Amino acid sequence: MLKLTDVVTHYGPIRVLKSVTLEVRVGEIVCLLGGNASGKSTTMKTILGVVRPTAGRIEFESQRIDRLPSESIVRRGIALVPEARRIFGRMTVWENLSMGAFTRQAAPPAELAQDFERVYALFPRLEERRQQLGGTLSGGEQQMLAIGRALMARPRLLLMDEPSMGLAPALVDQVFDIIQTINRQGTTVLVVEQNAAVALGIASRGYVLQNGRIVLHDTAAALLAADHIRRAYLGED
Amino acid sequence: MDVLQILPQQLVFGLALGTVYGLIALGYTMVYGILFMINFAHGEIFMIGAYVGWWVLTALLNAKLTGLHPVWVVPVMLVPAMLFAGLLGVCLERFAYRPLYLRGATRLGPLISAIGASIFLQNAVMLTQGARMKVYMTSLLFPRTWRVQVAGASVSALVLVMIGVAGLMMWGLHLLVQRTTLGRSIRAVAEDREMAAIMGVNVRRVIAVTFFLGSALGGAGGVLVGLYYTQIDFFMGYSAGLKAFTAAVLGGIGNIRGAMLGGLILGLVESLAVTFMNPAYKDVVAFAVLILTLVFKPTGLLGETVAEGEKV
Repeated sequence: MLKLTDVVTHYGPIRVLKSVTLEVRVGEIVCLLGGNASGKSTTMKTILGVVRPTAGRIEFESQRIDRLPSESIVRRGIALVPEARRIFGRMTVWENLSMGAFTRQAAPPAELAQDFERVYALFPRLEERRQQLGGTLSGGEQQMLAIGRALMARPRLLLMDEPSMGLAPALVDQVFDIIQTINRQGTTVLVVEQNAAVALGIASRGYVLQNGRIVLHDTAAALLAADHIRRAYLGED
Repeated sequence: MDVLQILPQQLVFGLALGTVYGLIALGYTMVYGILFMINFAHGEIFMIGAYVGWWVLTALLNAKLTGLHPVWVVPVMLVPAMLFAGLLGVCLERFAYRPLYLRGATRLGPLISAIGASIFLQNAVMLTQGARMKVYMTSLLFPRTWRVQVAGASVSALVLVMIGVAGLMMWGLHLLVQRTTLGRSIRAVAEDREMAAIMGVNVRRVIAVTFFLGSALGGAGGVLVGLYYTQIDFFMGYSAGLKAFTAAVLGGIGNIRGAMLGGLILGLVESLAVTFMNPAYKDVVAFAVLILTLVFKPTGLLGETVAEGEKV
């Protein structure tokens, strides 16, 4: 479904992604692991066309997307739950969700209403607070709003950038349960995480990114079992 | 006693002036809200709007259409002035600012470019239209006898039209920004441009539309000021622009409701100052307001605190 081949990305003169090759197949949850500054968020931004790769190619559903503007990439069915949530704080919950459906203005109103229902069913709190400004929500509610907003685009591929960041452990479990639910409902997921234990727990495969290179990839079970992964990302000795 | 008698009258003038300041201030504040840049050529867009309105009015009068009711003439002046001003704003953005911000210039670059555009437009109008002032034949449109008495003030039809037109446009803009998809995408780009793009918003188009809207409102302000003061020249955008900029800063630059509020307050303060002080101090009062705002409440009345370094 999504295929990155030898992708290189620069920020000015600095080469952030040196060589990223990875693949996400339809229906999977794939996890991209890496420490700080390993290039995880840059990989996400490169897929979405927010930053341009300087070499390599990115294909989505067998079509090249690395030259397209972000809006066309989103229209093709990729949505992002960004790092640190980045909801629109000065807009209401409802407005945030309808921004998520921005590319679907031609969709029949009934279909959009159905999507609002789906998001409200996943996150009843959002329905209670739909007239409240996004900036007044708690951190966990903002994360739900960010996920809901991405779902409103009806993505076939959902990118999630550190969904566990800044959340209490109970909320982290809840968010990952929801990721599994979304996946079972038919959305393919690529999740970037530092919290390797939780992410590998729900993923089918994982990649490890280090200094802008994919250094390892394997099934989630094998990665969880590998000694050096346990040491590097699970904080075990 | 004398002062108290003219006070209601001055308040009405202040209200009329204030709504027009607010209308022009919207152009500064909308562009700032989305690009964090002061469009110092906005005063010239306002001035050119006044010229387009003058041109239409003169053409109508030359065609001996003086019998036309102002209910029709005013919109016929406003529409071309707003369209022309709006398109001029879009051109400025496209050719004077976009090449700079796309290359990641500092915020100083577009600002200097705006000052350059302002000087260019002033001189272009002076060369093509002449340096002498043009006269709006307002009295042919609004006879001086059209007045109503409101609470001790004698209000002319023209002042009512100014307040009505400016108020209607602000209300329309408010609805557009708060209730429509376009308005939501403008607010989204203003708040987080990258996220808006990830939602699928065409950011460049939204920026161009914002310039169009702000400039069109400035052009409408030009027509109203032309009708009110009856004399226009190529330099009129300078002081009016600074006043409207003051109104935008007073209300909190980047905040649309703030611009409207700032305009109203500035208009009222100015006309009250004229009531109680020597009229020569009118501009001094306006700029004292600017300085006091910047010293004591730099974010303005409705402005929000901006994290240092993030948007500076």
